[in-house]
Amino acid sequence: MTMLKEGRPTAPTPVEDAHMAPATATGNRALMLEEKLIFEIGSTDTTGVDFADAPQAASRFGSLARTDGIGLPGLSEQETVRHYTRLSRQNYAIDLGLFPLGSCTMKHNPRLNEKVARMPGFADIHPLQPQSTVQGALGVINELAVWLITLTGMHGVAMTPKAGAHGELCGLLCIRAALEARGDARQVVLVPESAHGTNPATAAFCGYKVEDIPATPDGRVDLEALKTRLGPDVAAVMITNPNTCGLFERDMKVISDAVHAAGAFVYCDGANFNAIVGRVRPGDLGVDAMHINLHKTFSTPHGGGGPGSGPVVLSEALSPFGPLPYTVRMADGTIHLIEEDNVGEEMPQSFGRMSAFHGQMGMFTRALTYILSHGADGLRQVAEDAVLNANYVLRSLEDVLDAPFGASGPCMHEALFSDKGLAEGFTTLDIAKGLIDEGFHPMTMYFPLVVHGAMLVEPTETESKAALDQFILALRSLAERAKAGDEALKGAPYHAPRRRLDETLAARKPVLSWSEPDLADAAE
Amino acid sequence: MSRYFTDEHEWIDVEGEIATVGITDYAQEQLGDIVFVELPAEGTTFEKGDDAAVVESVKAASDVYAPISGEVVETNSALEDEPALVNSDAEEDGWFFKLRLTDATELEGLMNEAAYKKFVASL
Repeated sequence: MTMLKEGRPTAPTPVEDAHMAPATATGNRALMLEEKLIFEIGSTDTTGVDFADAPQAASRFGSLARTDGIGLPGLSEQETVRHYTRLSRQNYAIDLGLFPLGSCTMKHNPRLNEKVARMPGFADIHPLQPQSTVQGALGVINELAVWLITLTGMHGVAMTPKAGAHGELCGLLCIRAALEARGDARQVVLVPESAHGTNPATAAFCGYKVEDIPATPDGRVDLEALKTRLGPDVAAVMITNPNTCGLFERDMKVISDAVHAAGAFVYCDGANFNAIVGRVRPGDLGVDAMHINLHKTFSTPHGGGGPGSGPVVLSEALSPFGPLPYTVRMADGTIHLIEEDNVGEEMPQSFGRMSAFHGQMGMFTRALTYILSHGADGLRQVAEDAVLNANYVLRSLEDVLDAPFGASGPCMHEALFSDKGLAEGFTTLDIAKGLIDEGFHPMTMYFPLVVHGAMLVEPTETESKAALDQFILALRSLAERAKAGDEALKGAPYHAPRRRLDETLAARKPVLSWSEPDLADAAE
Repeated sequence: MSRYFTDEHEWIDVEGEIATVGITDYAQEQLGDIVFVELPAEGTTFEKGDDAAVVESVKAASDVYAPISGEVVETNSALEDEPALVNSDAEEDGWFFKLRLTDATELEGLMNEAAYKKFVASL
């Protein structure tokens, strides 16, 4: 069997809570308010809006007519507002503090982006409007496309993919279309261990057989193993660069040349582009397709704050196979949308569509705002600050936390630690839960798999030194407690709305829907 | 009855032409709390090394390979309701499936218990 040794403890450890404050009658703890499920609030007779009684009409549903209530919650407007406001207070957000979730950057979302995205000319339009009435919006798509092509040194870009993994799918579909066009039925996609976890999933979804390529002891792609495996059955290699160990794949050009010589394509997971934007052009490294997470590199909201957007830049070899629609600027300055009915001879080999319309328009507006407000030099500084901040975290903590690749030189945008050296019985999970008590969202843990008990910290380029110092203080304290065997740490979090959850029980006996308690009792 | 072990952490009990397959105690301990086991359909035939079952812990899903070629004649349906059996009794009640062997010579070269223990100690 394949065996992942990175299993983490998933059931809470019983710990004496000698110093916990006494319980309150309401369950509330001052500003930390206990909140019921929405179905448990109010009554079904309550509504936030007064409607006139519906006119009596004979039902035409026949035997399909509903015979019981539909069980919608009934809340007044105030109860509704309070419910969601209370829930939001139990959440952690980038607007509250540092969000060090490596591999999934959470950086500041500039408010200027939001202002521009809310301008009526962008916010109040419809994708089926006549193109002559939305020239500004089409212009944004086109200009952003030009920026992305320029920043990556690539030949074309597909703007419609909706997020990172959707972009991976788009890239692999381009590769498959290109192979099919030359009658080449290659079946294997190679994915190094240092790649993002979505890469093998995407390849499998596309119908490819996925094979691993091992990582070297210093956390990079094993070039010799890759070269040995390349052959006429390999369709593509998917490489994450900078990789998920937080390291730059130095051999990228050599890898690309070898892959191309074997007749295959190079897919680059560009989720970590914020670490190299303005410094490295993936096109120069021989990349054939790469998605760019606008919600990472170009600061559009992420993770509950907004949809992702994952444009895919394409090499000259793959561009003819990219998805529709796309924009072109005509000689008279107007922007045209190229779709199935007017694609003509330009892109007869397009594999089809990734989305019904143009893509995530709201994210395009924000990303272009970010790009234009920073300028080319500002974007270069984004990468420099992302790398500087991660190295500051790495070097500030490597005396208390094991940094498995600390000796391989500077990291890129992520600092990676392992659980080596923690006291017997203490795990990465204890440190992550402790971070909640310290007021931070935990880092990514137990990924990448090549490191035991991995802790992957991405501070991002938008944190100040003061904010980084406070985070380092918290993580240092937790590392010292875990090394000293402080049993209380196993009970963390103490100050969160909920204590450590029994994930095992939740997975074995999931309760996925609410049912009225008395009905549930009657059924038992 | 003879018990064999693979370096992929499966155990195989062979009685006549029927082989019972499960994962080892070492494997369940490494995987952590098992929350779901996906078993093959009876009648499926496997070549040695094919993906035969999936075992899922809270954090990860792992493939279990067919340690030898054969046809599935029975699966342990108790695991569907109680995947925790794999944790509590991996090498007896937590068995996965039974195969009718295609080629008994494939058993040659597999480890016995002592060799497997030595192998695990070396990891």
